[in-house]
Amino acid sequence: MLLNQFLILSAVLFAIGVYGVLARRNGVLVLMSIELILNVAFGSYVSSISGEVFALFIITVAAAEVGVGLAILLLLYRNRQSVDLSEADLMKG
Amino acid sequence: MVFAALRLVTTRNVVHAALFLVVVLGGVAGLFLLMGAEFVGITQILVYIGAVVVLFLFGIMLTRTRIGDEEGTDHPKRLPAVLAAALVATITIYAVVTGFGDVELPADTRTTTAEVADSIFSTYIIPFEAVSVLLLAALIGAIAIARRD
Repeated sequence: MLLNQFLILSAVLFAIGVYGVLARRNGVLVLMSIELILNVAFGSYVSSISGEVFALFIITVAAAEVGVGLAILLLLYRNRQSVDLSEADLMKG
Repeated sequence: MVFAALRLVTTRNVVHAALFLVVVLGGVAGLFLLMGAEFVGITQILVYIGAVVVLFLFGIMLTRTRIGDEEGTDHPKRLPAVLAAALVATITIYAVVTGFGDVELPADTRTTTAEVADSIFSTYIIPFEAVSVLLLAALIGAIAIARRD
């Protein structure tokens, strides 16, 4: 099996995640797209064990980041009663 | 997996999006198992599908997102996002194909949990401790941010 095929699959998933982050208005959906981006960790397993360890660390970091991201979203919801990211434009000029 | 990812970013129902995320995460776990990385595959299922998706469902519940089809999930103008994603895909695929050429994966790449554990606790002990501190910081930070004060 070519290494290419795995990496092309991870590139395609990455691009779909990027589209999701840019085009979604609901904050929870943006976080889900970020999860999609972070899940291309399977492309890091090449030939040595360090790729596997790296993938493990990516899983851990992604879980931590989802926790903090959801806490921030919760605070946003509590303050303005909506998770719509296009309404969060107080700093827009 | 690609179909589930596409439906994840285009569906209007938030709970359906969470379920499509489960499909994608299960697919990635399957890929890990296919490559012989048994520990990472099972960890992926446990941590991602078991904890992160449940966290998302709690987030959906607590932000009172309407269950069922909803109107405010996508931006009205989506063409720049599609162009950006297509650009990212082209550049990454081009880099992968020219960088890795025809490298074949070795046939039997099964690694045991013992090897992963040996590697983590000897070569990568410092990143391991750093990730533990990161998890602690994330835990304290999430509690401090979302406290009802």
